[in-house]
Amino acid sequence: MSTAEKYVTAAYCVVLALVAAYVVIIALKLQRLERDVDELAGRVEQEPEAAEREPAAVG
Amino acid sequence: MSRRSASGDLPQSLEVGRTYRIPLPALAAFSAVLVTVAAVLVFFVAPNDADQGFSQRIFYFHVSIALTAYACFAAGAWKALVHLWKRDPRADLESYVAVHQGVIFGSLVLMTGSIWAKISWGHWWLWSENQLVLFLVLFLFYAAYFMLRYSVDPGPQRANLSAVYALFGVVLIPVSFLAIRLAQHFIHPIVFTRHGPSFGGWILVTYCVAQVAMLVLAYTLYRVELAGKRLDARLRELKEVLA
Repeated sequence: MSTAEKYVTAAYCVVLALVAAYVVIIALKLQRLERDVDELAGRVEQEPEAAEREPAAVG
Repeated sequence: MSRRSASGDLPQSLEVGRTYRIPLPALAAFSAVLVTVAAVLVFFVAPNDADQGFSQRIFYFHVSIALTAYACFAAGAWKALVHLWKRDPRADLESYVAVHQGVIFGSLVLMTGSIWAKISWGHWWLWSENQLVLFLVLFLFYAAYFMLRYSVDPGPQRANLSAVYALFGVVLIPVSFLAIRLAQHFIHPIVFTRHGPSFGGWILVTYCVAQVAMLVLAYTLYRVELAGKRLDARLRELKEVLA
């Protein structure tokens, strides 16, 4: 492999690596959002149960 | 962000969103295919340049990434103008994401350009080259956009300041693009002249495919990031509603 070929390969690897790093960052962020959704869903599920336990105002 | 809608209890941003004709998975698959085809053309089909030899192959991605970065900055400025003009709440986030994509592609331009400079000139960087320095100025200008944006609390003031900044930056794009033509010393190669591109045949075909691939890739990443940001904002507001 000549020097030029090594540098050209390095350039394309840099492009690929940066795009891959970006995709990994987005994937990590989506995982965090998924956890947040689960947390919210848990909170929504708990709320009706709490409302049932509370005495309803009459009159 | 915390404004409530007139129609109900949900915050206004929960009700806004843009529908796109092309679904995101299809767009992602299309960009992956295009980038692969472009890479195959670059390494296996395009002939060696008579003057620069094998190292010229960097230009297929380097030039197309540079033009894509300009397009991203221009899109960010356009969305900033829409925000200032129509007070569209979606435009601020879209402008931010477009500028972010521009900075990512801008950093790729600087890295691939430096590698090519090392092969051809024997230096990673030359401060005497107007084209390089002006692109660096453009890149740093938009990198500072994030410092400005995150130094102000979220709200209309931050959106307006960011929009004005993004709009001013667009002036640097033609300056950076034309610098190579206005410079006295032509060290940096000129790809596009007044009479069209300075190449033809498979080199032109490969460049066109690479350019389309980079634009589609940038648009895909823009859509992915925008979807994530919108989801994040909506979740934060839902948490506030449920708190």
